[in-house]
Parts: sequence; C-alpha cells; structure tokens
Amino acid sequence: MKKNAYLKMAIGNKPQGKETSTPAPAEFKLIGKPTPRVDGKLVVTGRAMYTHDIFFKDMLYAKILRSPYASAEVAAVDLSAAQNLPGVKAVLKLKEGRVKYEGEQIAAVAAVNEKTAEEALKLIKVDYKALPYVVTPDKAMADGAPRVHDSANVEKINEYSRGNIDQGFAEAEVTFERTYKTAIEIHQTAETHASVAKWDEDELTVWDSTQAIFNVRDGLAEALGIPETKVRVIKMYMGGGFGSKLDANEHTIVVAKLAKETGRPVKITLSRKENSLCVGNRPSTQITIKGGARKDGTLTALSFRNTTCGGLDSGDQCSEPTIDVYKCPNVKVEEFTVFTNTGAGRATRAPGHVQGTFALEGFMEELAAELGLDPLEFRRKNYTTSNEGGTGIVYSSKGLDKCYDIGAQKIGWTRRNLKPGDGQGKKRRGLGMASQIWWGGGVPGTLADIKIHRDGSVEAVSGTQDIGCGTRTYMATVAAETLGLEPQDITVKIGDTVYPWAPISGGSLTAPSVAPAVRDAALQAAEHLRGIAAKKLSVPAADIVLADKKLFDKNKPENSIAFKDLVKGLRREAVFHGERGPMPAGFAYNTFGAHFAEVEVDTETGRISVLKVVAVHEIGRVLNRLTAESQVVGGITQGISTALFEERVLDENTGKMVNPNLQTYKIATSMDMPEIVPLFVDLVDPRINNLGNKGLGEPPRIPSSAAVANAVYNAVGVHLREIPMTPDKVLKALRGKEAGS
Amino acid sequence: MENTIKKKSRTVTRRAFLQGLGGGAAGAALATRMRGQNAGAGQAGIALPPALAQKTITFTVNGKSVSVDVEPRETLLEVLREKLKLTGAKKTCDRGECGGCTVLIDGQAVYSCLFPAVRADGRQIITVEGLAEGETLHPVQQAFIEKDGYQCGYCTPGFIMSTVALLGQTPSPSLAEIKAGLSGNLCRCGNYVKIDEAVAAASQKMRKA
Ligand code: FES
Ligand code: FES
Repeated sequence: MKKNAYLKMAIGNKPQGKETSTPAPAEFKLIGKPTPRVDGKLVVTGRAMYTHDIFFKDMLYAKILRSPYASAEVAAVDLSAAQNLPGVKAVLKLKEGRVKYEGEQIAAVAAVNEKTAEEALKLIKVDYKALPYVVTPDKAMADGAPRVHDSANVEKINEYSRGNIDQGFAEAEVTFERTYKTAIEIHQTAETHASVAKWDEDELTVWDSTQAIFNVRDGLAEALGIPETKVRVIKMYMGGGFGSKLDANEHTIVVAKLAKETGRPVKITLSRKENSLCVGNRPSTQITIKGGARKDGTLTALSFRNTTCGGLDSGDQCSEPTIDVYKCPNVKVEEFTVFTNTGAGRATRAPGHVQGTFALEGFMEELAAELGLDPLEFRRKNYTTSNEGGTGIVYSSKGLDKCYDIGAQKIGWTRRNLKPGDGQGKKRRGLGMASQIWWGGGVPGTLADIKIHRDGSVEAVSGTQDIGCGTRTYMATVAAETLGLEPQDITVKIGDTVYPWAPISGGSLTAPSVAPAVRDAALQAAEHLRGIAAKKLSVPAADIVLADKKLFDKNKPENSIAFKDLVKGLRREAVFHGERGPMPAGFAYNTFGAHFAEVEVDTETGRISVLKVVAVHEIGRVLNRLTAESQVVGGITQGISTALFEERVLDENTGKMVNPNLQTYKIATSMDMPEIVPLFVDLVDPRINNLGNKGLGEPPRIPSSAAVANAVYNAVGVHLREIPMTPDKVLKALRGKEAGS
Repeated sequence: MENTIKKKSRTVTRRAFLQGLGGGAAGAALATRMRGQNAGAGQAGIALPPALAQKTITFTVNGKSVSVDVEPRETLLEVLREKLKLTGAKKTCDRGECGGCTVLIDGQAVYSCLFPAVRADGRQIITVEGLAEGETLHPVQQAFIEKDGYQCGYCTPGFIMSTVALLGQTPSPSLAEIKAGLSGNLCRCGNYVKIDEAVAAASQKMRKA
C-alpha cells in the first residue's frame, strides 16, 4: 500500500458530524481485564494454519527469477530450457525492458516441487545490459546522477506552514538547529510473504499472508481484469506484517496466473532474501529541525526539513509529530524524497512517526539542555490540548500529561544526570524520554455480524484479520460481555472476504473499528432477546439483564431464563448487523504515550545496554490488558532493535544489498531486552465510539527508539543523532566530544 | 559437521553459536555449502546418481514410527512439513538463523532446516505437535497461553521446543539462563519479555507437577 494511502486510512477519523449511539459504561466485567487468547491452543500446538502451512493435493510450487542488477535493460528472456525440464508445468515471462532494482521480477515457474522450480529458474536465460544506477540518497542527489525514473531523482512530497516562521525566530531568545538521521529498516516478518491460488471454474480463491484481505481481493480483481465478486481471499493465521502485507503483492498475482494456466493450485513462499529485497522497507530520513524558544522554554518557532529515501517509491512524510505535539504558533515544514535503484519503501509500523519522533524528541532533549531546563518540564511547558500545536481543534481525549506523571514516577526521573554526561566511570548510565502521538481512531462503516443459533451457540463475524494483536479474543470478549456470556461461548469468524467488510489491519485501526461494530451488533441482539425475555418473564424489557448466561429481572434475579433456553424458541438463527458508527465533528481523535528509558553505555567498547523501559500509553479504554501489554512490549523491542542494530546495507560498487538475511541484518534477541513496564492511563474517550477505545498497534513503536537515544545522550553527554547507534558510532561520538567538537 | 547442526549448548548465545561455526560470515558460508552440496545434483534434468537417489529412512516422530523416502538434499524440516504434514515447525530463514524450525532430536533442540533428513534415520524426534497429551497441553504450552508469550505465533513452536529442551536440562533457570537459553530463537513481534515470563511460569508448573 502506498504510504500516503495508508496514512489517509490511518487518519480514518474524518469527523462525520453525528453523535455515536450508545455511550459506553465506565466499567465492564470482561472488557479491559487480562484475557488469554481464545485461540491460544491452536497456536501453541502448531495447528494454527499459516499460509506457509497450506498443502493441497496436486499443488504446484512457484519460484520467481529476479534481477541481480540494480538497473539493467532486459533485452531477451529465453524460457525454453526451463519449460523442458521434467516437472515444470508453466513458465511465465514477467518483464522485458528496463528493470530498476535488485530483486525485480523477470520470470516465474510453477513446478511439482520447490526444488524443481529452483532448478528451472537456473535454466532461464536472460540477456541483461547493465545500466548505471544509484543506491544511496547522496549519490542520487549529486549532479549528473543516473535517473531512477524518467523524472528527477528528488521530489517535494509535503509542505505545511502556520503562523509566521520568521517572526517566530525573531521572537526567540535561543535559536538551535540539529540534524538527525535514521537508516532503512526491513520489516523481516517471521512468516515470509506467501500466497496460494486456486481456481474453480471462473472463481479464484487465494490464501494469503496478509493484513488486508479486501485490498488483496480488489488488487487481484483489477490485475486480472475480473470482477471482485469472482475473487475470494482468505487469511487464517499470518506471521507478522508490520505494514509490508497491506495489498495484493506482485507474486500473488503471479501465482493466480500460474494457477489459471495450469488448472492446479499454486503456492509461493518467498525466501528470506526475497523478503529482504522485494517487499518493502522503512524509508531512511535525514531531518533538520531548527527551533526558537524563549529562555523560560516557550517555543516560538519550529522549522522542519526532511530528506527521505524509499528507493523506487516515495519516502515517508515525517512531520506530523512536529506539527502536532507541542504548542508552537509558527511552524514550517518541507519534505523531499530521493529516488534510488532499490526496493520500494512501504508502510512500516508507524510510518513517518518513528523517524519524525526520533528527530523531534532528540531535538527537544538537546534544546532543553541548551536552555538548562529539565527536558520533561520543557515538554510540559509546551503542552497543548488541541491539535496543530494549539492552533487547531481540541482532542476528544488526551492523557499525555498523565503519561508524563506516571512514567516519571515509575522510572525515577529525578535519578537522571541533571546535566547530560555528568556520570562518572567507564560505564555510564542515563535516563531519557520521548512523547508519542498517532491517530488510531478507527474507520466508520466497519461491519460485523452477531449470529445466534438456536442451540445457543453464538458467532461473531467480520472480514477483519488477526495479525497477532488478539482480534479474535476481543471480538469474543465484547460479544460475550454484551450478551452475558463467556468469551469461550463465542465462535469468532474472521479473515475471509465472504464476511462483512472491515478495513486493513494496520494504522492502529482494527480495534477501534471492529470492536465497536461487534458491540453494535451485540447490543441489537441483546435488545432483541430482552424483548422476548420480557414477554416470557412478564417484566418490562428495560428491566431485563443479560449476565451469567441468563436473562433475568434486575429487580428479582430469580425470575430468569437461561440464554440457551431462550434462544431455543427462535424461529430461525438470528443475525444482527453491526456497524462502527461515525465520530462527532469538531474534535481530533488521537492516541498518546510517553516512554522513559534507562541505559548503560560502555565508554570503552561503545556498547549500549538498555536496562529498563517504562511505557505509559493513553489509548482510551483498554480492551484486553494481557494482549495490550504484548503490543507495548513488542513495540519497545522493535524500537530498541532499530535504535541499536537495524540497517539495510547496500554496496555502492555492485548496487546490491549485502545483508539480506537474519544473520547479518541484526534484530534484537532475548539477550538485548531490558525490564519493560507497560502501563496505561485509565481513561475512556467520551465520544470516539460505543466502547471509548482507540488503537494501540503503532503507538508503542513510535517513541521507543527516541527514548533510548535520549537516554544515551543523558549518559554520555553527546547525542548520536543517528540510528542505529552501533558501537563504532558511539566511540566516534565520544572521541568527538573529547576533542571538544 | 556435527556442530553445524546441533543448535547450541544451552548456555551459548545465538551470536556465540554462529561464531562457533567459524566466525559469523564463515559460519553462514559453511551452512550454505552444506545445503548447496546436493543442490546441483538434480540440475537440468540430469538423473541423480544411484548413491544420491532416494533412500528410505525410518524414525520415530512424536512417538510414532514412520518410514519415508527422502533425497539426500532434503532437510528434516522439509520432510516434516511437506511429507509428514507436521507444519508446526516453520521454515522462517531456512539457514540456521532464527530457530523457527526447532525440534527435539533425541531430546536435544536442533534447527531442523540444517539437519539432513537422511541423518534422522533411527532417531527420536519430537515436534510441537507431539507435546500435548490428547487435549491436555504440556505445561510449557499452557504457560505460553497464560502469559501471552507470543503475538503472531509464528515463532512460537520454535520457542516452545527450545523451552522444553532448556527446562529438560535446567529445570529452574534464572532469568539470565532463560534469556541465554532462548537466544537462538528470534521473535520479530518482539515478545521476548513475555516469553521469559512464560518460561519461568512453565518451570514452576513443571516443578510442582
Ligand atoms: S528456519 Fe531454521 S533456523 Fe531459521
Ligand atoms: S510472535 Fe510473531 S515472531 Fe514471535
């Protein structure tokens, strides 16, 4: 998915001008409590079916031949020898003309097993004419650089301004400018991208490792020129997406074609190398922030300039945190993308916000030191309760101030070095923090059904996906809560485009979209059952309570009927269609949080150890404390991994990625983990939806790298301003500091 | 060669393990060579020489004896997943970097993606599918559910098998021992902290039982 389309989706909360129907109660019995996943047994026994695990009788295996060149002219592709290899059932040419990155599709093979398909790839003869290329932003911006596309290599992708930036700087008593850099990060999902395609007559069914079944359906229909009604997409379990699995992938379209041609099911599973090269990455950034402030810490101006690189595609817009988080009347933003001959960037868990927060929060930390202020007090001083830095509409709810209070207390904020680098000894400790903003309001119009069967069993159905966040479990919990049942009583059906529409699972919008839709359907079901029970028990429907698997008179609880007995009398199974309602206009709907990190830096080896992270988030109502904690833990882990290790490395001399595997592309292991304290502000958004909940997918990923970098600054007195903070960079920065630069 | 396929001794970290293969990059080269040796054998429709052709092997998997025909180039992981349809163990990196394919061979945790299937002949293999007794989950499996020791769950079979091996050798591991013991498994969702809690809880359950 194009990152801008993704962001539009994430913002999703376009005010609609109507109030939500049913206000949420302050306290629930099940919702908000820690509930183990309802489908846990399938996962821990290895029976959960991922796309990799699907094997059909007569299934063929596809492999794709990819360009080894960063830029080349494909003059000819000879498929004949591959076609003649025994066991090969189909060969497809996918490209002639110019290829623009290492990994671009050239041809595909379907064979009776993977090894035969691999051998067939070696028999395809491709006549390449290598062309000049650029793989780094610096080279791409240089005069006379080879063009990646037909247009220029640099393009403006965003601008914004409010107030008067010049006046803002004129009013400043201190002016300060710093540049921050982030590297390209690869999603490296545990399950590599995979699809299985199968045709029955003119109807295509695709099992896909995806975060967005409806996007895959629509993309396939478009690519194949068939109606959406003829495509069904199923996702049972999937091993991680983080933004890289949000639409119909090229390889999915390829297997659909191969399956059509051979009349047999065709499966593709990408290799780790292909996953490293071809299915997305988090664009790099170089962000310069210039700020002006009064001596008391009042911000008067912020100017933000980003040069981002997303390879063949546009990089990330990263200015949102700078526009929104702090009260500041004068802001100017300019963002540019640089194209290179490398795989296209894609949405990556909190696209733009991770990089933009690393820069903004590093800047705030350094400016606080310059002003001689406590960095947390400096942030509080510029706090705002309305968006666009205090110039826009008010937030429906904002608990960032509470995140600050709780986090500072839990980490022991007073223990920090009052002046960065004050510590003594070879190993220096420091504390740092960072603030977070994201959307996460959800998508009005999301659908879910509740189906009550006459034997007392209940289904909650929605065409959403569980990508590891526990969607099935909170759907069951919300339905059970509303109907007076237990989560185990609810059969959850998701991950199939035959079910009612739901948006992508990305942008932190699944929970605030799907849970309210389930709640809406379940409320209708409860009302219907209350009406029936009222007649049976001879009490007004308004007095009927659903709880403990019964319906009873709230004034005389023994006057009751079991849920099972009541629904036995239904004429047929009853279906209730729920919809996630609109959000009132005039408010901004956002999530907030703050991370506090403690680190130890070994000044002899340059090694950084993260000792502790306290994370406090405000996401309205928490639906399931247990799985919510996992979200936070995962976001912090990925943030630490990016802060310390992750970087796609390209060889300028060959145009190739040198670390397309999990051995040389380092990600954090259990050994790198600190103590993590995940906390939530107890708050229910009063108007966002019928549950008062917001999303949590991206928020914990956003401030985690920045908080660690700021803690390193507090420990050693020099901000690295660049992630990953590998030991060489730490040592270089320390030497620079000694030399007094 | 034995060292290249044994996962690691339980106190060795993932990176130390890779270094144990002869230094980071060299280790990978070795692994690749091992897999690559036979990869060309069936190339271009050339018939496999008899010595490299299919061989029938017999081993025990989850308590049941099985016989399968395997090619020398096939890994144990491929045989488990594709021939026996035991898809719990995952092909995540396919080169000994992540632990997603971990199974127990004669009680020892092994990366099955690096283990030539022919060498499974006569061995006892346990996969994640073989831990529960009927519908009663193994204490490690229970603990992973209770502590939410996963998100997407893709790495979970590997982590569970490594945990079973760890607790077999070290029934009451310290937090440092847990972290080291599981450092050969990667979790991209980043749930290590919760996994550590699950392992500690499992250890407690097993000692009580
Ligand atoms: S799949 Fe075997 S170690 Fe990664
Ligand atoms: S739970 Fe997703 S990789 Fe571990």
